[in-house]
Amino acid sequence: MTRESLNGKLISVRDLHVEFRGRHFTARALEGVGYDVGTGETVCLVGESGCGKTVSALSILGLLPSPPAFVTGGEILFKGEDLLPKDEGEFQAVRGNQISMIFQEPMTSLNPVFTIGDQIKEAILAHEEISDRELEARCVSLLKDVGIPSPKDRMRDYPHQLSGGQRQRAMIAMALACNPDLIIADEPTTALDVTVQVQILKLFQKIQKERALSILYITHDLGVVAQIADRIFVMYAGIIAEQGSAREIFHSPRHPYTMGLLASLPARTRRGQRLYSVPGAVPDPSNKPPGCPFHPRCNFTQESCARNFPGVCDWGDGHLARCPVLYKNPELIP
Amino acid sequence: MLSFMGRSVVQKIVTLFFVSVLSFLIIHLAPGEPSQADPLNPKFTPEMVERFRKAFHLDKPLHIQYLYFYKNLFTGNLASWKDNQPVLPKIWERFLNSLPLFIVGTLITWTLSFPVGIRSAIRRGGAYDRTTTFLSYLLISIPGFFFAYILIILVVNSLHVPVIGMETFGMSGASFIRMIMDRVWHLLLPSVLAATGGIAILSRYVRSQMLEVEGQDYVRTARAKGLPAEQVHYKHALRNALLPFVTMFGLILPGLIGGSVIIESIFSWPGMGRMAYEAILARDYPIILTVNFISAVLVLAGTFVSDVLYMVVDPRIRL
Amino acid sequence: MAENTYRVPPREGPDFQAPSAPRKGRFEMAWEQLKDNKLALLGMAIFGIFFIVALAGLLLTSGTDPVLDPALIRLQEKLLPPLSKPHLEALTPEEVPELGIYLFGTDNLGRDVFARMLQGAWVSLTVGFVAVGLAVIIGIFLGGVAGYFGEKNIRRDQVGAAVVFLAGWVFLGASWFASGWAMIGLGLLYLVLASPLIHRRVLEKKGRPSGAAGLALGNALTMDTLIMRFVDVMLCFPSFFLILTVVALLPASIYNIMIVIGLTSWMGSARFVRAEFLSLREQDFVTAARALGVSDWRIIFRHMIPNAVAPVLVSATIGIATAILTEAGLSFLGFGVPPPHATWGNILSDGKSYIFDAPWLTFLPGTAILIVVLSFNLFGEGLRDVLNPKLRER
Repeated sequence: MTRESLNGKLISVRDLHVEFRGRHFTARALEGVGYDVGTGETVCLVGESGCGKTVSALSILGLLPSPPAFVTGGEILFKGEDLLPKDEGEFQAVRGNQISMIFQEPMTSLNPVFTIGDQIKEAILAHEEISDRELEARCVSLLKDVGIPSPKDRMRDYPHQLSGGQRQRAMIAMALACNPDLIIADEPTTALDVTVQVQILKLFQKIQKERALSILYITHDLGVVAQIADRIFVMYAGIIAEQGSAREIFHSPRHPYTMGLLASLPARTRRGQRLYSVPGAVPDPSNKPPGCPFHPRCNFTQESCARNFPGVCDWGDGHLARCPVLYKNPELIP
Repeated sequence: MLSFMGRSVVQKIVTLFFVSVLSFLIIHLAPGEPSQADPLNPKFTPEMVERFRKAFHLDKPLHIQYLYFYKNLFTGNLASWKDNQPVLPKIWERFLNSLPLFIVGTLITWTLSFPVGIRSAIRRGGAYDRTTTFLSYLLISIPGFFFAYILIILVVNSLHVPVIGMETFGMSGASFIRMIMDRVWHLLLPSVLAATGGIAILSRYVRSQMLEVEGQDYVRTARAKGLPAEQVHYKHALRNALLPFVTMFGLILPGLIGGSVIIESIFSWPGMGRMAYEAILARDYPIILTVNFISAVLVLAGTFVSDVLYMVVDPRIRL
Repeated sequence: MAENTYRVPPREGPDFQAPSAPRKGRFEMAWEQLKDNKLALLGMAIFGIFFIVALAGLLLTSGTDPVLDPALIRLQEKLLPPLSKPHLEALTPEEVPELGIYLFGTDNLGRDVFARMLQGAWVSLTVGFVAVGLAVIIGIFLGGVAGYFGEKNIRRDQVGAAVVFLAGWVFLGASWFASGWAMIGLGLLYLVLASPLIHRRVLEKKGRPSGAAGLALGNALTMDTLIMRFVDVMLCFPSFFLILTVVALLPASIYNIMIVIGLTSWMGSARFVRAEFLSLREQDFVTAARALGVSDWRIIFRHMIPNAVAPVLVSATIGIATAILTEAGLSFLGFGVPPPHATWGNILSDGKSYIFDAPWLTFLPGTAILIVVLSFNLFGEGLRDVLNPKLRER
């Protein structure tokens, strides 16, 4: 189910550099990361834990704790305006209002001492003037939209009284409360059962269709990506390794890391064989290898990989990959 | 909820029983005799000693003594060995003296600790935080009596106000306002002294609780919703951080007795702490045991109140 | 283009390094982190100095003819301020202070305060360490048993035998020697011999018999409940009051004070250890050890206690500080180590009548106590930050 990517991106992260400074080390979490999401589009940011996907998302909303995090370069254009120079007050107008974020652990992301109704109403009241009756009605309709049964009763429940799936739905309702243009979902289904996961994904697709919003979906699960992505950005150790439409990435990956990820998916055709896994481990952000950060684990590595930081190679149609080796020697591609 | 409370009360009564037995044993098994019953004491003739022993059942076996003691306690017949006055009214009188000290001290402690601790947490590492941290360490480490004397010297030399005792001699004839002021001056120093130690400890605890809560996911969610900073800190974070303190509130109760022997000694304040101290010196067993018993009751009652408050305040706990 | 004030210039420095060195051991890492905390280091340093001073004090002031005599009374020299010179014409040669001046002045009996402070240092040190050492040992033992063996049930007959055993001691205390020893003996024999026999022959083979015997052999309470109730009982006693009571009733001696403080401050450690054990017990490494057949005691000592020790260590350091303050308080009230042995508390206590005339008698010991206690508190807090896994930097 591919959609055409629309021109005129809603949000565009460009050349973002973020570092974390500790007393004895500096971790370069993001080194020139760039991605964008168009109106009505679903973009997936894929990568293993520690590659920097959450850091980039948090920096969109100015939620990085600083210290120890510092933005050292780049810009984030939202509706034409750079978000990075905004101060706390200006960010508050954007958060929840134009851009909403949903987090990974619904168990701990909701305040345990307030009812979910209160928390959703709070999200609305932060940005709009609205009467009590309207507030109540809107809250109920939001909960209905996200598929929570008996919303009037559930509103008065506390988070610990709901199941994991319901809590995540409540978080989604909270995120939708002010009709944002963009929703950033940071691994929203990772902590949930697989069956619940499917339901939540369907919910995302439904609300996107109904409200024509854009979704930036962060995950490490390629199965999820296959279901909902229009375009994919693959991240590794603080850089974007490859980007392109979902079809292109799945059928013709052009970066060794992407190939490794896809190869490690259990596929029915390779039944009975050992699962492939990319050898080695993700590098410590404060201690990355010189040149291409992936080269120690790469099957196609050459001498130049250890010396030169890989530049962006254009494969056409919006498909870009940071692997000059494969670009110059396409016969190596399996 | 009621069944839990019922079970809890029963458990506490059992604990109380063991406390009473244990304290009784400790007192009576210690070597030495109360002065009035000591055959070696030259002030009392042997007949007086014998009469004393009979009157207070000291010749009977321990468990009989135990029963007599508690029977007397609960019927209000218990008499002090020093002056044969009934114990409970004596304790009550001293308790009323200790009460203002306790109330003012606790009030100062609790009202100041929270703003200090919260502000330290929100601006962690800043100048305010570092100063209050330093002061806290200092106040925790200074011996109470030393600090008391420093304060006394300072206050007496610079402000020339009387500080010892509850009121100045001969004040009863003066006007009402002057009497009140006099009382206030006398109350001030010991309460401040009692409070400073408490503030040092409590504010640190408030700070660490606040810091821990600020690191929680739901605080991040609150910020991500676009809530203004005050709402994030004072509504979302604080409400959770305060939970353990509501329970601590119940535990202030035992402080009534804990009082401070030292502070009351220095300021010659005729309170419960001093009474306990004098009773220990004179081996006045009834008073010692009664104070101990009351203290145990307060501790258990305080714990009970804490548990109930916790259930009320935290929606996750509904038994 | 707006001025990019929000962007911070990238930091220079090593980022492409050689592969990391082999990982450091746990203690090395802890030590590294501790070094970063300047205040904790200061605390340790002060403690080191204190230790040396106390040791020196012990050596210099004890014995019948000490180098610095803390007990020598010179009434003609009383209440001299610090750094004052002795009036040589009024003193016999033995009475002249070793150092040539009264470094810290003299007290109301003309005794050299410097010598007394040195003597008192050792008292403070030993009281702190021994009392807390005792408390920690008791706490770890009881907390560990409660945490690990918590579910072991105690039968009613066992409870009965234990009561008989304890009552025997009470009887001994009341000077009823014959019945006392008899009860102790009976209780002990029952617990050690008869009880396991009953368990093996009767309960394991045939299950619980019916009737009165069955009732007597039923479960009374769990080990955990027993120990925790005991902790609750102990917590009902206001601590300073209890210490004061016991110390006042017993003959005054430094050992009594140490033991009493130790016996009344173990409850916190016990709770910490129990909590840690309860959570550690569920962890996989314990299950794995059990599956390999490792004995219970070995698991406790070799595997669990090292992991549970962290909060105990922190509370022990702070406990030493509290013990020193308590001892000072007791001395101040007149219940400390008996005179003429000096402790910092009783120097202060002696000096309180002369507070306006001889303030050094108050300030010197007070400040000394403050500095030592502060150093322990700082070190303890530093330890807490280091040992807290949540606050670790990486």
